[in-house]
Amino acid sequence: MLGSVLTLAFERPAIDWHAIAPELTLLGFGALLTLVDILWLERGRAVVSALASFGLLASMVPLLTLAWDGADRSTFWGAYVVDDYSLVMKAVFLLAGYVVVLLSTNYIAEGDYWENEYYQMLLSAVLGMVVMASARDLVTIFVALELLSIPAYLMATWRKRDLRSNEAGLKYYLMGVFASAVLLYGMSLLYGAAGSTMLTDIDAAISGDGAPLAVVTLGVIFVVVGFGFKVSAFPFHTWAPDTYEGAPTPVTAFLSVASKAAGFVALLSLVFVGFWGRADVYQPLMWALAAASMFGGNLMALRQTNLVRLLAYSGVAQAGYMLAPLAVAGESLATADDALSSVVTYLAIYAAMNLGAFAVVIAVARRTASAEIDTYKGLFRYSPGLAVAMTIFLMALAGIPPLGGWFAKFEIVLALISPGTPWGVALGVIVAINSVIALYYYARIASHMWVEAPPVDEGFDTTTPIKPPTSVSAALILTGAATLAFGILPQWVGHFTEVTLITALPG
Amino acid sequence: MTDFLNDWGLVLVTFLPLVGALVMLAIPAAEEKAHKQLALLASLASLVVGVLLVADFDYGAAGTLQYGVDKPWIDVINSRFILGLDGISLPLMALTLVVVPLCVIYSWDHIPEPGNPKAFFILMLILETGMVGTFVAQDLILFFVFFEVVLLPMFFMIAVWGGENRRYASIKFFLFTLFGSALMLLSFLALFFLSTDPATGESLRTFDMRALSDVAGAGILGATQTWIFAGMFIGFGVKVPMFPFHTWLPDAHTEAPTVGSVILAAILLKLGTYGFVRIAVPMLPDGAETWAPWIGLLAVIGIIYGALGCLAQTDMKRLIAFSSVAHMGFVMLGIATLTDFGINAAIFGMVAHGIITGMLFFLAGSVKERYHTLEIRRLGGMLVQAPRMGWILGFCSMASLGLPGLAGFWGEFPAILSAYSPAEGLPVETFRTYMVVAAVGTVLAAGYLLWLLQRTAMGAPREEFVDSDEIVDVTRTEWIAWAPLLVGILLFGLVPGLIFDVTDPAVVGLLANGG
Repeated sequence: MLGSVLTLAFERPAIDWHAIAPELTLLGFGALLTLVDILWLERGRAVVSALASFGLLASMVPLLTLAWDGADRSTFWGAYVVDDYSLVMKAVFLLAGYVVVLLSTNYIAEGDYWENEYYQMLLSAVLGMVVMASARDLVTIFVALELLSIPAYLMATWRKRDLRSNEAGLKYYLMGVFASAVLLYGMSLLYGAAGSTMLTDIDAAISGDGAPLAVVTLGVIFVVVGFGFKVSAFPFHTWAPDTYEGAPTPVTAFLSVASKAAGFVALLSLVFVGFWGRADVYQPLMWALAAASMFGGNLMALRQTNLVRLLAYSGVAQAGYMLAPLAVAGESLATADDALSSVVTYLAIYAAMNLGAFAVVIAVARRTASAEIDTYKGLFRYSPGLAVAMTIFLMALAGIPPLGGWFAKFEIVLALISPGTPWGVALGVIVAINSVIALYYYARIASHMWVEAPPVDEGFDTTTPIKPPTSVSAALILTGAATLAFGILPQWVGHFTEVTLITALPG
Repeated sequence: MTDFLNDWGLVLVTFLPLVGALVMLAIPAAEEKAHKQLALLASLASLVVGVLLVADFDYGAAGTLQYGVDKPWIDVINSRFILGLDGISLPLMALTLVVVPLCVIYSWDHIPEPGNPKAFFILMLILETGMVGTFVAQDLILFFVFFEVVLLPMFFMIAVWGGENRRYASIKFFLFTLFGSALMLLSFLALFFLSTDPATGESLRTFDMRALSDVAGAGILGATQTWIFAGMFIGFGVKVPMFPFHTWLPDAHTEAPTVGSVILAAILLKLGTYGFVRIAVPMLPDGAETWAPWIGLLAVIGIIYGALGCLAQTDMKRLIAFSSVAHMGFVMLGIATLTDFGINAAIFGMVAHGIITGMLFFLAGSVKERYHTLEIRRLGGMLVQAPRMGWILGFCSMASLGLPGLAGFWGEFPAILSAYSPAEGLPVETFRTYMVVAAVGTVLAAGYLLWLLQRTAMGAPREEFVDSDEIVDVTRTEWIAWAPLLVGILLFGLVPGLIFDVTDPAVVGLLANGG
């Protein structure tokens, strides 16, 4: 491969068109949106959101045919792999994207923002994520990362006359670019050690005794740190609270769920395919990142007065839970499968419950024009439906059975305990302790909604129920049903997330 | 009939209340009457199925699980939907099924501030599903889920309908119990990974409680068992609550609405002790043996501390709450002996405490409604102003202090007696010391209860209440809600065999595996 680059000869790889059909469908709908904008101008505004959501759902069709077919596929010289793991993650991205469109429809249409471009950005970000799920090579991973990040920077500044939104976008952009640079440096070190950008080659090259330890260690650390920004792990989370608060709320929902999941997908592919043989390097790193994220996120969330900022810090802690199984992933093949399944399960359930929480924030903010926790006082009195929905999502995030989150946390702890090592068990205890800390701030919001009297003289009506627009209600129903179903019948999600990346490897 | 009960009995008895709650969700909150009727209907329907189960139960085989349901649930973690009823579960399930409808009846015209019977009854029915489910679940994960299902409804019951300090009390309750159950879950997982089949030496990887009791910790080293047991100890101990994890209880009880207190005292606390009997002791016999002296120690500390706490209280409800700490101490002492005699006494103690203390909390609620205070020094002369209520208070106080002939006696006396000869391997002298201390505790119990009775029921009515027309005697709804409990106190006091005969075979069976 190196030789072909040096001589600049182009050899067209064999392309498995079925394997990339979901991506092509997304791309097609993105192009269609652009055409609608050019041809119909303002008249196009009426249909763009419907078209975008249709595009996301239409991309599910080739995904289903691929799942039906069942065979693992590999194309572009093995840089692009379609297996059960990537299919599940693609489904999560597409469905999360669909819910974000539902949340955006009224917000973007009523806010006098560029509408058509917004959905184009959204679709291309989702395209980047979907590509990321299949990427098994450093260059493909990097391209996918930029494809999803650049539209996200723009979307964060979409309220362009609002200073905070500009701040949000700028912070996100600067931090993101910095992280990309760190990531690229790490990748270049790994490439130097392995002589190839393919993850399988890297694993083979760095696992042996002859590998230069310092270079490999630095490379792994830099790559992980680069994605640490994307998943907002402590101490690389500093952009998250400001960006979440300033960005349009549907974009925040998108960043906190889809973008975070995309970072995790890359980390999972890297750890389980690329770094698998170097457990001595990545395990302590993941252990420290996970423990720091859990404690850091939860302790800082305790002091928050703004719900969106609180969800940002809780997202840091949630990233910590998801990083935790990676700290034991290298113990054995069975543990690796447990760890991978647990993270994928967590990502799927987390998408449902966190998007649901943001759906309530969006619905309530239509009345209160604020996300301050104090404005949630007495919500149960005048809008019981939304208060119950919010309670369900928050308690699911806290991991209280029978709501979805318990199974996600359970799988994590199961993976941590399974190898029986002291480090794994210790991290399991840390997860347990952190669930209790987190419950405090979730329950505090619940008691604001249920116990307190509605605020007076805040400038909004606290006598009539809040009626969310149809699309937001639909998002609430979808995420609420998923949150409940995943908790009561976890097999529904567990069946799909029982995936593997390891056993496919030789040796 | 038996066929139908075999297939559906336990499923119906667990989920009928939940079905009722779902139906109520669809009805607007303004239809208060409909909500009350539906809640009563759902809890009574569950009770009817429960009565059929109790009638059909094969008492000759009370030691084996009956009406078993075993369906796939979460295949990826080898967890199955397993329900079953044996002699240990039966009395506790029956207690739950009786207490909840009585709470609905009592609430008929006592909906606490700020109203909203729809939400109140929905929470109560979800609670019932969680409690019944915990007592019949035979899979650790299913048990865990049911065990946790009760948290949210109880949190909201205290937080929304509670007293002035309700926010603090509700969050404290929630955090304490969640902390316990998080550690408990870790222990369950350790059991899952470490339990081995003694015949083949292979890892079992199962959450099936029947299988885990059968192997009784085989293949798990003594030191490891000690650690795993410690996790369960904290998990169940917080719920019981044992000294020093008890601090949430007085706050929760004081702030909770009347029926919340009743359900908390009568049933929720039993989830913890039931966990010890069903899970911790039979599945980890070596761990239990290591911890038993410490459990016994904390139990007797609880007995004395609870009693002294009672003597210092100025609030009637808080006094009853502290008496719970003392009474659960007797239950835990019985369990700590690890003998069938002690554990039988403990289960009797659970039921007796459930009926008697539940009844006392009902009384406290009715007193509060009439006098608008529970401060003991402001009360007095109840026997003059509301003689029947005064007598009921006297009757329940006598039962609570363990008067022979009433139910409380059979919970306390055998528990103390069992400490005389604890199971083999336990330090006999230590347990005999505990026995003496516990006996002193019963004297203190007599002290605080009689003193309570003297100050509230006897003497002349206080001046501020002499002319109050709110102080009426027991009303019709109160009679309906209380009569079954009062009959129970007397009946189980006179014929303790009703419970002992059911529990004994099951307890003997559970302990036999460990030998």
